[in-house]
Amino acid sequence: MGFRHKDIIALKDLTKEEIQLLLDTADSLNEINQRDIKKVPTLRGKTVINLFYEASTRTRTSFEIAAKRLSADTVNITASTSSVVKGETLSDTALNILAMKPDIIVMRHAVSGAHEYLAKRVSCSVINAGDGAHEHPSQGLLDMLTMRQKFGRLDGLKVAIVGDITHSRVARSNIYGLTTMGSQVFLAGPPTMMPIGIERLGNVTVCKDMREAVDQADVVMMLRIQLERQGKTLVPSMREYSRYFGLNPDMLSLAKKDAMVMHPGPINRGVELSSSVADCDQSYILQQVENGVAVRMSMLYHVCGGEPVE
Amino acid sequence: MAENTVILDGTGVKRALTRIAHEVLEKNKGVEGLVLVGIRTGGVYLAQELAARLNEIEGVEVPVGAVDITMYRDDIKGHAEHLPVGKTDLPFSVEGKRVVLVDDVLFTGRTIRAAMDAIFDQGRPATIQLAVLVDRGHRDLPIRADFVGRNVPTSRSENIMVAFDAKNQPTEVILQK
Repeated sequence: MGFRHKDIIALKDLTKEEIQLLLDTADSLNEINQRDIKKVPTLRGKTVINLFYEASTRTRTSFEIAAKRLSADTVNITASTSSVVKGETLSDTALNILAMKPDIIVMRHAVSGAHEYLAKRVSCSVINAGDGAHEHPSQGLLDMLTMRQKFGRLDGLKVAIVGDITHSRVARSNIYGLTTMGSQVFLAGPPTMMPIGIERLGNVTVCKDMREAVDQADVVMMLRIQLERQGKTLVPSMREYSRYFGLNPDMLSLAKKDAMVMHPGPINRGVELSSSVADCDQSYILQQVENGVAVRMSMLYHVCGGEPVE
Repeated sequence: MAENTVILDGTGVKRALTRIAHEVLEKNKGVEGLVLVGIRTGGVYLAQELAARLNEIEGVEVPVGAVDITMYRDDIKGHAEHLPVGKTDLPFSVEGKRVVLVDDVLFTGRTIRAAMDAIFDQGRPATIQLAVLVDRGHRDLPIRADFVGRNVPTSRSENIMVAFDAKNQPTEVILQK
């Protein structure tokens, strides 16, 4: 069994075996992050370019740390401080970067499908660090790894995803990944934030009431209301949103006793997640961040290729 | 067609391991500061076997660790098949220890080079010695074993396999032509 993709653009494109391989590798690589000397020479001499067209702290830092722990050289390009503001197109930017012979481009872009466009035009590997409302594969993988660490499996888990599904690439990657791995996904959110026909993606159930989704769930994944974007126009008020689709201790008590609370961050405390839930024992939010580094190391390693040794 | 020759049977493997255990004790004058580190996966099973024998002889539990050398290989390239990366698990500090590295088959020496790098990333051992069940020659690097179960002259096209049973006990060593 192997990993034969040059790029990782979407979890939709990956088979169960490939996701399993990425998660197993991440599980093993976690050990490196616990060492005193957190570095292995695996990607020595490889160049990783982090090309970020959208603001990000967590994902960019996590990818950078992951690359550095594998001994790759990293360069960060943030669109707001690059020639993108002078009007350069994505294709031109990519070709100019390519002329400097990178091995991997890790990109975040506001437009869905930007990575597919890029991957067709460059010879190096492309890893999607989030594209528009399409996918965020590294987040999906680290979420699945965190769940698998706790339950030892993904098959048969009931996972509730609550919030703005329409604009959430995190939700989409989790839906594709989790359904591939045999979990059951229940979605809840205001009707204005629920894409029509999403239940056709597979083992996905849309719930009108959040309680229905959370009932007996193994995992409750809360999404961030994107206050800087659509959040304000799609719901009457934050208070109303929080009342119907926020996770508080009462709501959480409907889920299984040992249910996990997850959130891709950053949290709007008091909106989608009450502070007491965000900081409770059932919250795995920081575990998610920790696993993020290992998952991204695994992704970087697998797109770089390699073959079994005798 | 593949032709299999049994080089060591179950009893042969056990005798070889017992002899290696005695040699390790003789060379290190006991078990003071001694740790065994197996290379995944075959080497780990053999390290555990060796530890059991050292315990029988000296009555002391010698710590056993495991290294996975996937991340230290010198041949990552292309987009070919991938093996899942195993866990490195050293439940002790290697700092100042006498490390006996254990592997099943010694061939080019590249695996051993990688394993030594992996160990040095975790500390500075006093010494590293190498124990292998089979040395089949064809070294690419200046590496030799301190303890050898059996020297087997081979051609590069042949393959040596150490078989383990369900309980991870070595059962036999096979030469595939």
